[in-house]
Amino acid sequence: MTATEVKERIVGRALKRREDPKLIQGQGQYLDDIKLQGMLHIALVRSPHAHANIKQIDISRALAHPGVVAVFTGAEMLDINPLPAAWQAGGVKNNAVTPRALAVGKVTMVGDPVALVVAEDRYIARDAALLVEVDWEPLPAVVDAKQAAQPGAPQLHEAAPNNIVFEWEAGSQTDADAAFASAEVQVSEPIINQRLIPTPLETRGAIARYDNATSEFTVWMTSQAPHVMRLLLTAFVFGIPETKLRCISPNVGGGFGQKIFCYNDMAFTMWVARKLGRPVKFVEDRAENYQYSTHGRDHITDAAICGTKDGKITGLRVKTYANIGGYFSTIAGGIPTTLYGRILNGVYKIPGVYVHVTGTYTNTAMVDAYRGAGRPEASYLIERMVDRFAAELGLDPVEVRRKNFIQPTDFPYQNGLGLLPYDSGNYEPALDKALAMAGYTEFRKAQAEARTQGRYLGIGVSSYVEICGVAPSAWVGLNGQGWGAGLWESANVRVHLTGKIVVTTGSLPHGQGIETTFAQLVADELGVAYEDVEVQWGDTQGTPFGYGTYGSRSLSVGGVAVKKSLDKLKAKVKKLAAHMLEANEVDIVFDDGKAFVQGSADKAKTFAEIAAQAALAYSLPEGMEPGLDETSYYDPPNCTFPFGTHIAIVEVDTETGHVALKRYIAVDDCGNRINPLIIEGQIHGGIVQGVAQALYEGAVYNEDGQLLTGTLMDYAVPTAAMVPHFELDHTVTPSPVNALGVKGAGEAGTIGSAQAVINAVVDALTPFGVKHIQMPVTPERVWKAIQQK
Amino acid sequence: MTTITVTVNGTPYTRTVEPRTLLVHFLREQLNLTGTHIGCDTSQCGACVVHINGESVKSCTTLAIQCDGATITTIEGLAQNGQLHPLQEGFWEKHGLQCGFCTPGMIMAAADLLQQNPDPTDDEIRHGLEGNLCRCTGYENIVRAVRYAADKINTVAAD
Repeated sequence: MTATEVKERIVGRALKRREDPKLIQGQGQYLDDIKLQGMLHIALVRSPHAHANIKQIDISRALAHPGVVAVFTGAEMLDINPLPAAWQAGGVKNNAVTPRALAVGKVTMVGDPVALVVAEDRYIARDAALLVEVDWEPLPAVVDAKQAAQPGAPQLHEAAPNNIVFEWEAGSQTDADAAFASAEVQVSEPIINQRLIPTPLETRGAIARYDNATSEFTVWMTSQAPHVMRLLLTAFVFGIPETKLRCISPNVGGGFGQKIFCYNDMAFTMWVARKLGRPVKFVEDRAENYQYSTHGRDHITDAAICGTKDGKITGLRVKTYANIGGYFSTIAGGIPTTLYGRILNGVYKIPGVYVHVTGTYTNTAMVDAYRGAGRPEASYLIERMVDRFAAELGLDPVEVRRKNFIQPTDFPYQNGLGLLPYDSGNYEPALDKALAMAGYTEFRKAQAEARTQGRYLGIGVSSYVEICGVAPSAWVGLNGQGWGAGLWESANVRVHLTGKIVVTTGSLPHGQGIETTFAQLVADELGVAYEDVEVQWGDTQGTPFGYGTYGSRSLSVGGVAVKKSLDKLKAKVKKLAAHMLEANEVDIVFDDGKAFVQGSADKAKTFAEIAAQAALAYSLPEGMEPGLDETSYYDPPNCTFPFGTHIAIVEVDTETGHVALKRYIAVDDCGNRINPLIIEGQIHGGIVQGVAQALYEGAVYNEDGQLLTGTLMDYAVPTAAMVPHFELDHTVTPSPVNALGVKGAGEAGTIGSAQAVINAVVDALTPFGVKHIQMPVTPERVWKAIQQK
Repeated sequence: MTTITVTVNGTPYTRTVEPRTLLVHFLREQLNLTGTHIGCDTSQCGACVVHINGESVKSCTTLAIQCDGATITTIEGLAQNGQLHPLQEGFWEKHGLQCGFCTPGMIMAAADLLQQNPDPTDDEIRHGLEGNLCRCTGYENIVRAVRYAADKINTVAAD
């Protein structure tokens, strides 16, 4: 390649993923694939009761079982602290009660572990766990977030009177009251956002090893954030130096939020490994995952919307009870507050908005972030209420949306709910594109025609906006939104002597294709071969620190940290090139992997030549250190705000109540696009999780706190035959927040979708006077709604 | 304990197992073939699908002793002579995987589907894979991946 040839840019290209060859050949390494010399296995003794006092635990029979090495109860682990409550609701008092390694004294949910058996193999451990005898004193249970706060409800924790975790508000009650007082029309609706179980296909677990000579732990974990786990487990749970724990996330089989958090298994595997001096493994089975690992959503809300007769929305009032579960999970406080209440106005200018959220403990699994984390709940609420408002007025829901959209000239836009300003947006083109793809006008004709034949078609529109890459640290942190640390990201870019490049990132891919996306970015920025770039992650011995992958932050925060390191690296490359070319640094151009004096591209030094010079250090400019090795910490000045419009078309069988999802159209805007193949994959997967909430999924407890949807036989994760083909398109509105102009795509599909489906179902059933149906819209619920005409 | 002999991915093994040992644990823990995964305990998710005597089976609900004398293929044995199976190629080309945890079982189930129905419609692919769950992809690209493999196998067969 001569200096004048330009290497083809690969940013923007749909490259297939470099992650895949090992995964399609069964060569991935997930947690349970790891075997250590002398490793023991842990099985747990879990509570069959939702709420009970532990009167006595008899471990003698279990201990006598052949192959059992040890049996421990929670009382023996009181030398370590309870797990930390890392994100409490900001600016208000939180009655945070977190789990211990094992429960002591009482349990507050089915599946709460009270003892553990350590054995030579997993079968023996499970056998012996059944031999531990616990004398329970069952207590009355409460599972409903609203009932938990009522007088006379069973009390879970002394530190939380009336089971209240926090009371939190946003917006202006005065403005909302004024809007409702002068409104020409108002509509109220109880909105339930049901509890979901995230269901990553790999369950969770941990393997711990302790080196007695150095007092060092190594923990392999199914974590989306191993660096954060190191911080929490050392500084908060064990009270040991952060340097004494190495955390490693191997391949992680899906997360969807459930694997962000600090779990008791991380703590008890460490405790047991230290106690016994042997490595130990704990991997939950699916039933345990469903009972004890975190769930998502579970809001009970009363909402009201008001405005003028011509469709201008003037006010929104929201009162939400957010279920927190039996204990406070790691970041449970931030999800139904900052990430929900502060974006309830959605894509609309609404002068008077007020939201009040009460978080409550109940005898159920802990509730924390699940894909979208607060924004799906907000988006569902406002998009349902806008449709209700339009229906009340007899207006086209599309026109009501248009009339109230935040306009392109309004950005940066302050929504009055205590959020940082929306960065950029252009909502109408995405809406128009989606309407054109759906054939909206023609559909309305077809719908009218079908109704005359007794067929009930419906169309549902959802125009959403969400919050990604939550930052900056000063805003989200302890003095602001209550997040107990920072939310920047770090990246190191290191060039080896042979010119090969290794990037280490604090992001933690578990399906997002970050290795591919980041390598595309680096190859283009440095003008080097894509194959020469290696992206490493998942080990606290790699990059300096990492907050991990969640909240659609990997590219807009982690990727920008990589870009910053590349900028530093390129500055040094130019300086060294100037030295090599005996020119002034200001005259040097570094482009497409070559450095040359402006106008003399024929006398260029290649990146490899410069890297070799830097590495060998035979001739460096005065004062320059050898090597090309740069680290950056990137703390964004704002969040990013992806948006889009989704449209669902359904047909409802009014005889059976069955809803057929006929078409699904999504137009998303995630800012600049690095790998369209990966973005589309993220959108597809996201949509199915929202569609599943609308049509199929819901975690159900009976009044005693028994999880009725405790296995994959009862909890309806959709199969391929239960979802349609997706029609995707996009618009591009770059984010002004970061140098890449990117926003985030990991959760948008989920945030935009459930309400599109429900709006379509309600639209189909308009002739029956149906105004709202709670999710999931099972045939039974639909049929009943029709009968209540 | 019982002694069984099985041929896995072309290699014969004679091992001693407990009568209750599940095939998936036998493969993963005794033979160290960890490409076959466990995603549930009720035979719903399909992450554990392998082929026994050429047919797809959920190895989490099969006892190792039931396989005495059987020929088993796992995901590790699907590529031949360093050449990816058309399904492996299809999943890579069409972005049919994200976290990759369901992928081995999904590919093994799809291989059986294509043996029974070499030219399935998209609808037949979706129904044919109903025993396998994927939480990442929304299935869109899995359908494309299987379609790709079917087309490739049929093109090669027609040549």
